[in-house]
Amino acid sequence: MDTTTVAAEDATEIPVPGKVSPRRPIGGLLHRFANPGRFLRLAARLQPWLNAIAILLTGWGLIWGLFFSPADWQQGDAVRIMYVHVPAAWLASVGYVALAVCSVLSLVWRHPLADLAAAEIGPVGATVTAVCLASGSLWGKPMWGAWWVWDARLTSVLVLLFLYLGHIALLRAFDEPQRGYRAGAILALLGAIDLPIIKFSVQWWNTLHQPDSITLTGAPTMSTSMLWPLLISALGFSFGFAAIVMARLRAAVMEQRLRVLLLARGNASGGAPA
Amino acid sequence: MTHLPYIAGAYGLTLALAAWLSLAAMLRLARARTRLRAVEQQAGRVRRAARSGP
Repeated sequence: MDTTTVAAEDATEIPVPGKVSPRRPIGGLLHRFANPGRFLRLAARLQPWLNAIAILLTGWGLIWGLFFSPADWQQGDAVRIMYVHVPAAWLASVGYVALAVCSVLSLVWRHPLADLAAAEIGPVGATVTAVCLASGSLWGKPMWGAWWVWDARLTSVLVLLFLYLGHIALLRAFDEPQRGYRAGAILALLGAIDLPIIKFSVQWWNTLHQPDSITLTGAPTMSTSMLWPLLISALGFSFGFAAIVMARLRAAVMEQRLRVLLLARGNASGGAPA
Repeated sequence: MTHLPYIAGAYGLTLALAAWLSLAAMLRLARARTRLRAVEQQAGRVRRAARSGP
């Protein structure tokens, strides 16, 4: 790593226009990662590990699921779509939980990185939700005979996609970024009501979508020869999600610092920033 | 393998979108790092020139 890169990632404070840094944050951990320079240094060290683990686990899980796990006695090989559909569905919900947590951190503690993190989670979350819906549709056609049904589970996941897209649009709808972040955070928190609806939709309503095969409280209802590749694939997808969000967040922090430097240069020269 | 087009479609779409997201993130990070480095180098030169000036 050369000296200029160290300089970029050693930046101790990146001022956000119109935002007050937390003076007395709750908890040392929150305070520790409120510093973008520290975040950049830690993220630069973590990134290669996240990338490598994501590629290895996802490759292992998908190859196992695609070629070495058994076909379902009823669904045949179409069940192999599960190894991409279920991890995408899991990440669509977990990504939204992360978005909601960032929104709380932003609204309550004015955490300097939370707004940027929420802005970077949104597009990745929307993409995995789209993957979940598309792969579900490709699974539904041979099994149900239809690409789409207005089933409670499918519809609530479609609402989740619209919530992600609404969040992305809202962030860009204001001239002043801080107002966009605030509106986006409120939408993200209000939209979190969709998460329990997604989770319990298959219990509350009579749906075409099958009930959960894996729960926290009961034993899984699928064979271990299918469960293991599914868990490995889900873990790999989760690391991949984290790696992509972290790379995007690092870029966003650097772009923020770049804007501040260009603004400072423009002010110093008495003209508009380059 | 039964239902091969559906399976290939689901895997192909997932991997293509994952590759696109990863590539876009990597390129954006590299571009941000390069631009920041250039601006910081320039700012450093300006500071040094101001210090050594009259």
